[in-house]
Amino acid sequence: MADVVMRIWRGDSEGGEFQDFPTQVSEGEVVLDVVHRIQAEDAPDLACRWNCKAGKCGSCSAEINGLPHLMCMTRMDTLPTEEPVVIAPMKTFPIIRDLVTDVSFNYEMARRLPPFAPKDPGPDGTYRMQQIDVERGQEFRKCIECFMCQDICHVIRDHEENKEHYAGPRLFIRYMELESHPLDTNDRRELLREEMGLGYCNITKCCTEVCPEHIKITDNAIIPLKERVVDASYDPVAWLGRKILRRTKKTATEAANHRTDPKPVKASQ
Amino acid sequence: MAEYEQIDLDVVVIGAGGAGLRAAIEAKQRGLRTAIVCKSLLGKAHTVMAEGGAAAAMGNVWSEDNWKVHFRDTIRGGKMLGNWRMAQLHAQESPDRIHELEAWGALFDRTKDGRIHQRDFGGHRYARLAHVGDRTGLELIRTLQQRAVALDIDVFMETKILRLLKNPSGEVSGAVGYHRPTGKMVVFTAKAFVLATGGIGRSWKYSTNSWESTGDGHALALWAGADIIDMECMQFHPTGMVWPLSVRGLLVTEGVRGDGGILRNSEGQRFMFNYIPEVFAAETADNEAEADRWYEDHINNRRPPELLPRDEVARSINAEVKAGRGGPHGGVYLDIASRRSSEFIQRQLPSMYHQFKELAGVDITKEAMEVGPTCHYIMGGIRVEPDTAASTIPGLFAAGEVAGGLHGANRLGGNSLSDLLVFGRRAGMGASDYADSRTSGTTVDSTEIERIIDEARAPLAREGGENPYDLQRDLQETMQNLVGIIRTGTELTQALSEIDALKERVPNLSVNGGIAYNPGWNLATDLPAMLSVCTMVTMGAIERKESRGGHTRDDYPKSDPAFGKINFVQRLNGSGECVVSPEPLPEMPDELKALLEEGAH
Repeated sequence: MADVVMRIWRGDSEGGEFQDFPTQVSEGEVVLDVVHRIQAEDAPDLACRWNCKAGKCGSCSAEINGLPHLMCMTRMDTLPTEEPVVIAPMKTFPIIRDLVTDVSFNYEMARRLPPFAPKDPGPDGTYRMQQIDVERGQEFRKCIECFMCQDICHVIRDHEENKEHYAGPRLFIRYMELESHPLDTNDRRELLREEMGLGYCNITKCCTEVCPEHIKITDNAIIPLKERVVDASYDPVAWLGRKILRRTKKTATEAANHRTDPKPVKASQ
Repeated sequence: MAEYEQIDLDVVVIGAGGAGLRAAIEAKQRGLRTAIVCKSLLGKAHTVMAEGGAAAAMGNVWSEDNWKVHFRDTIRGGKMLGNWRMAQLHAQESPDRIHELEAWGALFDRTKDGRIHQRDFGGHRYARLAHVGDRTGLELIRTLQQRAVALDIDVFMETKILRLLKNPSGEVSGAVGYHRPTGKMVVFTAKAFVLATGGIGRSWKYSTNSWESTGDGHALALWAGADIIDMECMQFHPTGMVWPLSVRGLLVTEGVRGDGGILRNSEGQRFMFNYIPEVFAAETADNEAEADRWYEDHINNRRPPELLPRDEVARSINAEVKAGRGGPHGGVYLDIASRRSSEFIQRQLPSMYHQFKELAGVDITKEAMEVGPTCHYIMGGIRVEPDTAASTIPGLFAAGEVAGGLHGANRLGGNSLSDLLVFGRRAGMGASDYADSRTSGTTVDSTEIERIIDEARAPLAREGGENPYDLQRDLQETMQNLVGIIRTGTELTQALSEIDALKERVPNLSVNGGIAYNPGWNLATDLPAMLSVCTMVTMGAIERKESRGGHTRDDYPKSDPAFGKINFVQRLNGSGECVVSPEPLPEMPDELKALLEEGAH
């Protein structure tokens, strides 16, 4: 058992302050264990989200000593204990209470994404796909929606006004997943360039560094997307190829028109 | 006067795991005004924790597989207590439900010829689980979530339902709850309600379940007058982590054994060969050589005993530890490192690799995992009409873990995810048909609403009472110690009186800190459901004086054929007390009975 001070942000949208909780840590404990103990013994109203406690649901994201982490996967023995362990809510999202933030921005951006539109199945009514062709998409589908990549992304972390027209890394991997999906027919490239702010990303790879699933967000999603979007806009050969080959993908306008009235998920406010 | 918002819809689905999402998708696709209400954020429900896969007899890996074999495996695995019609529908419809997910964007692992790959799991005669590595639940929930978003279904996230309401003619017509971020009260009125609230495992100390699994749906249905069955049938998953203590109970997928992992005791013995029950002897290998050959040739060899149904494996591990042959932390060893290559393990079991590496400092490609049984799943639940998922009270439907019947006394791994899809869809259909044909109004009693709100808010106004976390901890201790994997009559009776004593502490709960996103208060409102559900589990366990599936009585160690023909049904009597009555199982048609006898191997 080691002594440690947990310095946890308490407050709501009106403001707040850090509160210190001296506690003891047992072998193998993660930050979430300690937060739970504080909740059970000292501060039953300490707000935090969690579900699986195994790095699979992405609920317990917080900023630990200044960087986004899942509280359930951060072992206390990896943190220096001479100084207080500082736990703050994700900065990019409005605070609801304590460590809980309003992440509805991400759900809104998911709603604005033109959905998966598969081509017709084979004669037996099912699809055939090769493992190698699904693996690119599977990398992105590992995403647990912890939103830490969104939190760390300076395009919206430091510029609230960008949120209206910037989907963010979590959604970029979703766009890339669909872009590389063997069955999808929607073309979302123009939308990505014009309304989802792909160009704002200047490839600092902060998102990749914080991803708990180790998804190569920048290298495998954002950079290839940028290339494809450029091809779609400026490459006369690609343009001609599309004309000649009569691409079956819907145009961006068709894809975007799928949802004319974007409607947010109810954020229970 | 308590203030509340009122929202009117056609179909309200409570719960946003696989079953709830699938039910809502069905209702919305049929054009009904549909909403989902869930306690967490969308996409975080417990389905996300499912690892191994979804069982469906598609025959992609073994062409010998078909729904009849899946039906047989499910009924036999459930120790003959399952509802035959549910098992039939489940086995017949699972393949279509899996294929449908592909049309909604899911990316399952593939066979060499480009079809959906299927993996081996306990109790399934053929490799039958469609999967994505060992994160199948995430794939399932994300696919359904994205489909729900594409259909523009309303979702009320982080909203807890406290009680169901009926109209004057007794049809379920409303649900009272509150939005957790604000604490503001809300009343949903609708023509049909679907409960898809999942399990109850939060009331045990060592559990694979999250804070959400408080049995809300089981309790809401009971309180509204519905029948609940088989509550004594709890599944303890054989392989939970045991060390470090902070992760004790965390799930280790059965896929480890399906992909070649074996169990050894502290003496290095592969002990499962000593625990093959008579009923599975004809289909289980009795020597290591045959067991090892089975992975490549299912037709000419019998299954390894590590892949017996979960109840058998959990009891065997328990017995080994009790006999002093356990590891340093009270578990046994699950070894895949010595059996499969590092690349294979990392490809097939990436999240297990990750989980042990980061949480326990164990590299599962190099060393064995120490594991032991953990509270995992409730087979029992709301009694439903198999084809429509209708409960026994009008206007109320149920699907997924909260519904009873399909899995009998023991669920096979992989049958839960397919259950969610098959019966989620059927609940959506049943609720939609009911809503379409319903002529009565959805008027609910405002006095009752105010009483419910006042009761829920009482702990916020009370000063100097008891911390809800203390009550929860005591309940978990009671259930862990007295209503665990091995039960006896005296301990169960003691548990019942302890639960009664805990119930008396509820009116003295108090919490500080206001109504907005207050976990202490949220727990205080979960506790009544947890206590009701624990009473049902204990009462059922007292009545079932035999051992069957997940229910093991030390004082009645054998199965009794007479008990094999009855469900224990629980409901409220006229004075609001929960009572248990034995009722006969629905009689299986002869042509299905014949399937059970066929081809033990």
